[in-house]
Amino acid sequence: MTVTEAPLAEAPAEEAGAVRKPPVRKRLVPYWLLLPGIIWLLVFFALPMVYQASTSVQTGSLEDGFQVTWHFQTYWDALHEYYPQFIRSLLYAGTATVLCLLLGYPLSYLIAFKAGRWRNVVLILVIAPFFTSFLIRTLAWKTILADGGPVVGVLNTLHILDVTSWLGWTDGSRVLATPMAVVCGLTYNFLPFMILPLYTSLERIDGRLHEAAGDLYATPATTFRKVTFPLSMPGVVSGTLLTFIPAAGDYVNSELLGSTDTKMVGSVIQSQFLRVLDYPTAAALSFILMAIVLVMVTVYIRRSGTEDLV
Amino acid sequence: MLRNSTRWLRRNLVTVAGLITLAYLILPNVVVMVFSFNKPNGRFNISWQRFSLDAWKDPCGVADICGSLNLSLEIAVWATIGSTMLGTMIAFALVRYRFRARGAINSLIFLPMAMPEVVMAASLLTLFLNMGAQLGFWTILIAHIMFCLSFVVTAVKARVMSMDPRLEEAARDLYASPVQTFLRVTLPIVSPGIAAGALLAFSLSFDDFIITNFNAGSTVTFPMYVWGSAQRGTPVQINVIGTAMFVIAVLVVLGGQLISNRRKNSTPH
Repeated sequence: MTVTEAPLAEAPAEEAGAVRKPPVRKRLVPYWLLLPGIIWLLVFFALPMVYQASTSVQTGSLEDGFQVTWHFQTYWDALHEYYPQFIRSLLYAGTATVLCLLLGYPLSYLIAFKAGRWRNVVLILVIAPFFTSFLIRTLAWKTILADGGPVVGVLNTLHILDVTSWLGWTDGSRVLATPMAVVCGLTYNFLPFMILPLYTSLERIDGRLHEAAGDLYATPATTFRKVTFPLSMPGVVSGTLLTFIPAAGDYVNSELLGSTDTKMVGSVIQSQFLRVLDYPTAAALSFILMAIVLVMVTVYIRRSGTEDLV
Repeated sequence: MLRNSTRWLRRNLVTVAGLITLAYLILPNVVVMVFSFNKPNGRFNISWQRFSLDAWKDPCGVADICGSLNLSLEIAVWATIGSTMLGTMIAFALVRYRFRARGAINSLIFLPMAMPEVVMAASLLTLFLNMGAQLGFWTILIAHIMFCLSFVVTAVKARVMSMDPRLEEAARDLYASPVQTFLRVTLPIVSPGIAAGALLAFSLSFDDFIITNFNAGSTVTFPMYVWGSAQRGTPVQINVIGTAMFVIAVLVVLGGQLISNRRKNSTPH
């Protein structure tokens, strides 16, 4: 009752003052709306970055306390010691992103153009696995790729493992604890992040464009190359970013499915922060990771020419 | 024969490839489901032994498992409420008003989504350590609201942007007060966007491991419990809970679809 009554009581006053509403009050409205959320982000997102920046140039130990000594050497040392993990992270995340694109594109295309009345069912099947905790699903890959399991058996009979082992992706007749297992897990975990933006941008394409291309004697392949793919570029760009960025920082897949030889930089940051308690090195490492990711993302966005990502 | 089947394959290449991807996406869920009926031999539930309903009869049968589940649900609910409120306000401000610093605010909202989670997790930890904050429920909640916020803003913004401003003008022309216009016109139209944002926030918070792992102290959420169990030995109950989550999610999404379909049919458009 009160909800409907209050506006009614207010209405006449509102009517009278509608034309000459105090402009200052109205101009402040967006700031009041923004204030709580922006403060939250400034205090718990921006400020922590400042603290981390300061931590990365401190020296000391947990017992004696840390002091800012502008010791930039930490960055160099961290990079020097952990560059294999950095390279591995970028390599694995890059491979997973490419695989996600190759696997995700047909499925997004299927949902957007071919699924018909099955569209919603397929969409639900893409989203629903999300709701089983991703750690549980990643652990399931341990069962799937287990030594002597059916997957390994099939790959072995087809002599695929011989090739991949020669390339260094697998280890003899093992898939678990190899780069291939980690990349497989990464691809799996971030695939929905590729499919959903791809689907959204494919769905926006007017089907008549395909007909028009067909009328102009374009083969399906040409239609795809000249019409569909260029129009889906926004989806490709945001999909690859949504896959690559989290994959580069992930350590769950490399810890659960990999071995010490497949450690990614996220693992190093985690153990430096939570186990070794070497805060300056950990902070420097995470800043280097952030810088690499931001630079790569900026270059990529510039080159792909789409700026309306948000 | 062979030529026919290759021709069929060529014509349906996209469908076949798409279905393979779908199978890749679903496979782990099937494995989780199947192994929830397993009776493992030893600590690890990774090879099939024999059928059993034990874990389904007693899903809380392992110490701390349901405690951690409750904690995760509680955090997810509060994080959803907090981030949806803050995010909806920001989304309205960004779409409806022109003001200074709009670009800066847009990038402040975009950055958390464009940042590897470890970086945010580690930086938050340095803040909390420097402030001497006690790590636990509150630090987890603060972190979750922070990283869910951007996603809510994006979801709500999309909906507000696609809304026709003339509907609100029409309401005002019909002498609706601003409050009435907002409650009767704006909110119902924007609510699917808010619901999508809230659902996203809930699942992101409930499932988050990396940020929680850094800022939880000795508090154990469900994902952290699962992480710990990977070293200690995974109880079958984890598969039961995973399966239940999957089934509930599918039911919720299907229910939502039914409701929106019925609405679409009942209102002539």
